[in-house]
Amino acid sequence: MTPANPKLKNRIGESLSGANIIWESLVREGVEVCFGYPGGAIMPAYDAMIQYPIHHVLTRHEQGASHMADGYARASGQVGVCIATSGPGATNLVTGIATAMLDSIPIVCITGQVPSHLIGSDAFQETDITGCTIPVTKHNYLVTKPEQVAPTIREAFYIARSGRPGPVVVDITKDAQQQNCVFEWSDDEIVLPGYRPDYAPLAEQLEEAVELIQNAKRPILFAGHGVMNAGATGALLEFIDKTNIPVACTLLGLGGFPASHPRNLGMMGMHGETWVNKAIQDSDLIIAVGMRFDDRVTGNLKTYAPNAKKIHIELDPAEINKNVRVDVPIVGDARAVLLELLPHVDKCDRKDWLTYIEEIKGGSSVRDIKNLPDLGKLYAAHVIHDLYRHTEGKALVVTDVGQHQMWEAQYYKHDYPMKLLTSGGLGTMGFALPAGIGAKFAKPEDSVWIICGDGGFQMTQAELSTCAQEGIKVNVAIINNGFLGMVRQWQEFFFGGRYVATPLLSPDFVKIAEAHGLTGIRVEKRSEVEAAVRKAEETDGTVVIDFRVEQEDSVYPMVPAGANLQDMIQRPEEPGEQEHNPIFETGEDN
Amino acid sequence: MSQNVQRTFAVFVEDKPGVLNRVASLFRRRSFNIDSLNVGATHEPGVSRMTIVCEADEDKAKRIEANLYKMVNVLWVDDLTYKQSISRVLALIKVKCTRDQRDEVLKICDVFRARAIDMSPERVTIEITGPQDKVDGLVSVLRPFGILEMVQTGTVAMTRGVEEHDLAHPTVPASRSTAA
Ligand SMILES: Cc1ncc(C[n+]2csc(CCOP(=O)(O)OP(=O)(O)O)c2C)c(N)n1
Ligand SMILES: [Mg+2]
Repeated sequence: MTPANPKLKNRIGESLSGANIIWESLVREGVEVCFGYPGGAIMPAYDAMIQYPIHHVLTRHEQGASHMADGYARASGQVGVCIATSGPGATNLVTGIATAMLDSIPIVCITGQVPSHLIGSDAFQETDITGCTIPVTKHNYLVTKPEQVAPTIREAFYIARSGRPGPVVVDITKDAQQQNCVFEWSDDEIVLPGYRPDYAPLAEQLEEAVELIQNAKRPILFAGHGVMNAGATGALLEFIDKTNIPVACTLLGLGGFPASHPRNLGMMGMHGETWVNKAIQDSDLIIAVGMRFDDRVTGNLKTYAPNAKKIHIELDPAEINKNVRVDVPIVGDARAVLLELLPHVDKCDRKDWLTYIEEIKGGSSVRDIKNLPDLGKLYAAHVIHDLYRHTEGKALVVTDVGQHQMWEAQYYKHDYPMKLLTSGGLGTMGFALPAGIGAKFAKPEDSVWIICGDGGFQMTQAELSTCAQEGIKVNVAIINNGFLGMVRQWQEFFFGGRYVATPLLSPDFVKIAEAHGLTGIRVEKRSEVEAAVRKAEETDGTVVIDFRVEQEDSVYPMVPAGANLQDMIQRPEEPGEQEHNPIFETGEDN
Repeated sequence: MSQNVQRTFAVFVEDKPGVLNRVASLFRRRSFNIDSLNVGATHEPGVSRMTIVCEADEDKAKRIEANLYKMVNVLWVDDLTYKQSISRVLALIKVKCTRDQRDEVLKICDVFRARAIDMSPERVTIEITGPQDKVDGLVSVLRPFGILEMVQTGTVAMTRGVEEHDLAHPTVPASRSTAA
C-alpha cells in the first residue's frame, strides 16, 4: 500500500534511521493508531514517531496495549498494532499476544531490544522475547539491521492478516533503530516460499459434502469465528435460506449469523442452550464452519454427536481431525466453500426436524431466567437482558471472562458480525476494558459497552486512566457479585461449596470512576437499570456502572467439563435451590 | 484410531537462525514426542533438511505434517514412513579389547560391515553406519566385551526413487487427507 496519507512525504530512496523506517512502514501498512508504552530500547522509535500521522495511545500497562491492539483488530478486521520496550515491556505484552493467538486475531507487536552487540549478555532489560513468544505467535522476527526493518514489517503484516490470522512479534534492536540506511519499500506481492495461506478445497470433497447434505435428515450447521474472519455471513445466510438447516454458534461465532434469524438456535457447548446441545446430539450431520471443536463445545468426545456424519470446513489443515474425527474435511475459505456448495444443494423445508427442535426448545426455555420473576432482586442475566433491550441490540459489546461473559452470550442477542468481542480461547480476565478501548478507536461511532466482572475489571482497571487521558467514551458495566463468580460456581457445584479464595472485596467503583474524572453510577434494583443505561449513553466521556447483582447466582444450563453434552445442569425452579449433584463431580479443570 | 507406529519425516526448512528451535518447540508444545532429530545442509543453498523420527498414529501424523507446514520457515514435509526409503544412523563405539580378543572383535565388525577406526593395546573404536536395528545388533554383541563409550547420530533418511521436491509449491497435506 502506498500511503494514502497526503501528509506523508515520499522518502523512498532517502537515507533514514531504522526508527523512521518503522513508522514509514506502519503508515504504508495503513496504520492510523497504535497502543504502547515507551522505555529505553524503543526510545529511538518513539522519538521518530511524532513525524508521522499515527496516533499513539499511551496505555497504563503493556498488557493493556496488546489487548487494545487485539480489540482494535477484532472490531475493524484490520491488523492492530502495539509497541513496547525490551525486557519487562515485552514480557508484559505476552498475555495479550497469547489471547490473540488462541482467537486467531491479527496483531503486530513491535518491541525494542537491547543493542545487537549486547544480545546474550544478560544486558539491562534484555529478554529473549522471540524465544519467549515462539509458542504464542503465528511467527516472530528479530531485526538487527536497519535494512531489515521495512521488509520485515511488511512480512509481519502479511502473515498476521492472511490465512488463519494471528499475532506476529517484530523485535528490533536499538542499534537497528539508530543506524541509517536507504529506505526502500516495495508494493509487490509478498512471496514466502514456506508460507501458503491460500488453500483451495478439492472437488471430490465438495462432492462428498453435497451428497451428505442432500441425504441428511437432521443436519445442523455450526458457525464459528471463521465465518466472520472470512466475511462469510452473507454466503451463510444464502446457504441457510435455501437449505433451512438450523444453525448453532460458538461463543466467538455469535453475530456471524444473525441471532434473530428463525434458523438460529443459539450458542452451543458448556453454557449453550439445552435445545442446541440436544439437537447436536440428535443430529445426523454436522457442518462445522470455521470452528475447531474446542473441549468447551464438545464435552465428552466419546459420546459426542454419536450419529452425526461430520463435514469440517476450515482454513487451517492442522485443525482437521484434531479433536473430532470428521468424514469430509474441506480445507478452504468459509465464504468460498459455502458459495461453491450453494448451487449443488436443494431447497428443503425440513419440517420434521425443525418441528422436533421447536418441541425440545419449548420445554427447556421455560426455565430460562429471562422468563423468571426477579422477586425484587437484581440478577445479572436480567441486567444484560435489559441492557440488550435498551441498546436495541446495536452496541459493540466487549466482555471479560467469567459468569457475566456467559450471561452476555446468552442474553445479548447479536444480529451483526464483529459486535461481540470476547476472549474465548484463552479466557483472559482483564481483557474487556483494554480491548473495549481498542475497539472504540476502531469504531468511534459505535456505542461500546464493556461488560466485566468485579474480579476481571480490577485486573486492568488502570486503563480507565487511559480513557480519561484520551478523552474517549466507553461504557463499563461491572457485574459486581462480590465473587470470582465463575470459580465460585464451580466450587458450589463440584467442590462441596467450599468458597476458597473467591470472595472478593472491591473498592467503591463509583468513586474509582470519579477519581479518574469520569462518571460512576451505582445500580441496586432492577427498576434502576434502564435509567442508568440511558444516562450512560447520554453522558459524554467514559461511564462506569456498578451493578450490584445477586452474589451467588449461577450460569445455567451447564455441561460440566468432560461430561456428555446432553447431561446439563438446569436452573432450579426456585432461585438458589441448586442441589449439590455428585454425578457432576468431575472437578476436571477451570 | 489407528496404531501408533514409528514415523520418519523429512522436513525441508529455510536455513535461518532459530528454525531448529521453532520446530523443536512445536513438537514439545503439541506433545509430539521426538525419538530422534537430525539437521544438516542440502545441495540447495539456504535449505536445510531435518529428519525427524517420532511415534504417531495416522491422525497424529497428519497433524504433525499440517503443523509443520504452518510454520513460516518450513518449505516441504515428506512422511517417509510407508515409502520405499533408506535410513541410516552412524555410531562410534569404543570397546574394551585385549590383544587376544582382537580377532574376534574384528570378525564381528566384518559381519556387521563395521570398521575399526582406532586401536590401542586395550581397546578398539568401531564405526558403523546402517539402520538403527543393525547398530543395536552390533551393540548387543559388543556389550560382553565392555563398551567404554558410544555416540550415535540421529536417523537420516531418503526415499529410494527420485522425488520432485518443488520447494516453492508444497502440497497441502490435510486437504488431500481422506478420513477413514
Ligand atoms: C487471568 C485469569 N486468571 C484466572 C482466571 C480463572 N477464572 C475464570 S473466571 C474467573 C472469575 C471471574 O470473576 P469476575 O471477574 O468477578 O467475573 P464473574 O465470574 O464473577 O462474572 C476466574 C478467576 C482467568 N480466566 N483468567
Ligand atoms: Mg464477580
